[in-house]
Amino acid sequence: MDSKLRAILPDHDLLRMYEQMVLCREFEESCAEQYTKGHITGFLHLYSGQEAVAVGSTHALHKDDYILSAYREHAQAIVRGADPRRVMAELFGKSTGICKGKGGSMHLFDPELSFMGGYAIVGGQFPIACGLAFASKFRKENRVAACFFGDGAVNQGTFHEGLNWARLWELPVLFVCENNFYGIGTAVGRASALADIHKRACGYDIPAVRVDGMDVMAVYEAVKHGAEWVRENSRPYLIEAVTYRFRGHSMADPGKYRPVAEVELWKARDPIPGFARRLVEEGVVTQKELDGILVKARVTVAEAVRFAEESPWPEDGEVYTDIYV
Amino acid sequence: MPIMNMVQAINLALKEEMALDDRVVLLGEDVARDGGVFRVSEGLLDAFGPERVIDTPLSESAIVGAAVGMAAYGLLPVAEIQFMGFIYPALDQIFANAARLRSRSRGRYSAPLVVRTPYGAGIKAPELHEESTEALFCQMPGIKVVVPSGPYQAKGLLLSAIRDPDPVIFLEPTRLYRMIREEVPEGEYTVPLGKARLAREGKAVTVIAWGSMLERTLKAVEGYDAEVIDLLTLSPFDEETLLASVRKTGRAVIVQEAPLTCGLGAELSATLAEQAILHLKGPILRVAAPDVPIPLARLVDHYLPSVERIREALEEILKY
Repeated sequence: MDSKLRAILPDHDLLRMYEQMVLCREFEESCAEQYTKGHITGFLHLYSGQEAVAVGSTHALHKDDYILSAYREHAQAIVRGADPRRVMAELFGKSTGICKGKGGSMHLFDPELSFMGGYAIVGGQFPIACGLAFASKFRKENRVAACFFGDGAVNQGTFHEGLNWARLWELPVLFVCENNFYGIGTAVGRASALADIHKRACGYDIPAVRVDGMDVMAVYEAVKHGAEWVRENSRPYLIEAVTYRFRGHSMADPGKYRPVAEVELWKARDPIPGFARRLVEEGVVTQKELDGILVKARVTVAEAVRFAEESPWPEDGEVYTDIYV
Repeated sequence: MPIMNMVQAINLALKEEMALDDRVVLLGEDVARDGGVFRVSEGLLDAFGPERVIDTPLSESAIVGAAVGMAAYGLLPVAEIQFMGFIYPALDQIFANAARLRSRSRGRYSAPLVVRTPYGAGIKAPELHEESTEALFCQMPGIKVVVPSGPYQAKGLLLSAIRDPDPVIFLEPTRLYRMIREEVPEGEYTVPLGKARLAREGKAVTVIAWGSMLERTLKAVEGYDAEVIDLLTLSPFDEETLLASVRKTGRAVIVQEAPLTCGLGAELSATLAEQAILHLKGPILRVAAPDVPIPLARLVDHYLPSVERIREALEEILKY
């Protein structure tokens, strides 16, 4: 990106984006600690390293556009506006959680935020995004369904079914692939005949671009353009954001399948300090203010943890609610 | 009152409900221009246009998945899967998403959709075109499973299913599509979900059946003092009506066209045993298909529970 940050967005938005990236990182690292302590159980998939994608994308979408993600979606929910305290409580399985502690880490939903999951089955969200986009078009409400997925999902049948439908029916779906190069331990080149994922969209006559997913402004601009194109043309569009997860697939995964040098190379491209440098260089913010943002994020996360710890467990009777009306 | 078969009754239900409520949309393979492989949706494209009667690609998973998205947005999709054996690619969307959206989102999102599919044997097609794997769906909390036994029930149940706030699997017994003709009122009436129907009163034995087995059960019980219950909703099933009848007669026979093992009959039998065993005079008997894939053509007559096999069970139970 050559253009100056201020030419793209006002200071207020730039700072907000930075704050959110820091908050997501602190939140996820705190989750890791809570998992180690046994407060979060089951499987926990952390987003550290990929923050630029969620933050850049969400800022470029309209508030009433739908967002669907996979199972690495805490950050996406928080960036969308979910209260970090209630997301943390959800991960703990507490009754104050965003889904009453009944959805858990992989199933965050919030209709008020048009946040439509959270899918643990890889690729499950593609057809649902098409259905939402169909309904949006049917009702002439011009809401885009932004469907996030990983590089592993493109080998599921639902990816192909979803792309085909979206193009065939001319649906307002923005597909965003977060290519972090590994489906658990299987590198993208070992799983995909065509590892350049954005090129797969041409088989469905869907325009697609690849973007640096470690650069929040690059993601913002690509999604802004993509989403507006989708809105204007009522046609799908695909963005492949090239990114990297700094941790294993889940907390249960030590990630030994990745060469240390590769991990270090990507960590050197950490989206957060990279963005911070630009903000300081261009005079949007001082280093002191950045330090303040970090402190603020840590306080927010500590509050979220305390809230989750102090919240009550769901009553046993909750087992029987929300199954049928 | 018009006399019609089940295809016409279902078509009428769809037509009336689509006219009444513009949130109702149909989608499926060949449902629009072709009117569906069994012509159930014939004429609906002309009546409601391609935005509401939608031909889809051959993508069962996407048919149901898109229906989940439409329903979550506020539409009332009625998806058709061409044959019950073709529903398996969509099981992920039915089990992982449609059935659980309400619970997962603590009731803030829901998926009020209907998946219609032809169900059961008797049209001389092999296995995947004649499946009766209803028990798979009954095992999954969060969805309802409904099987009409004739045109009147079909129309009333389908209207209830479309209006129901939960996802409903609506199984249409293929063998009955054009076999039974009866009076079906035009206009508003519904048959409630979750309620079984007393198809015949009797005192000596209770026979429970659903779908196409009801018709041959009614034939089989001629000359016996048998009470026949048409289950209609398989999940959640009407425990109260079953128990009341079995407590009265003291004997129970369950007729299912699905293979015996782990079929719905096993669950019904367990429920009766748990809650009415002291009223029973003899064992609960099941008449079912053998544990084999559905055979082709003439062998299917041997495979399906016949009038004779149902009568054998009646003779057996009446010895107690």
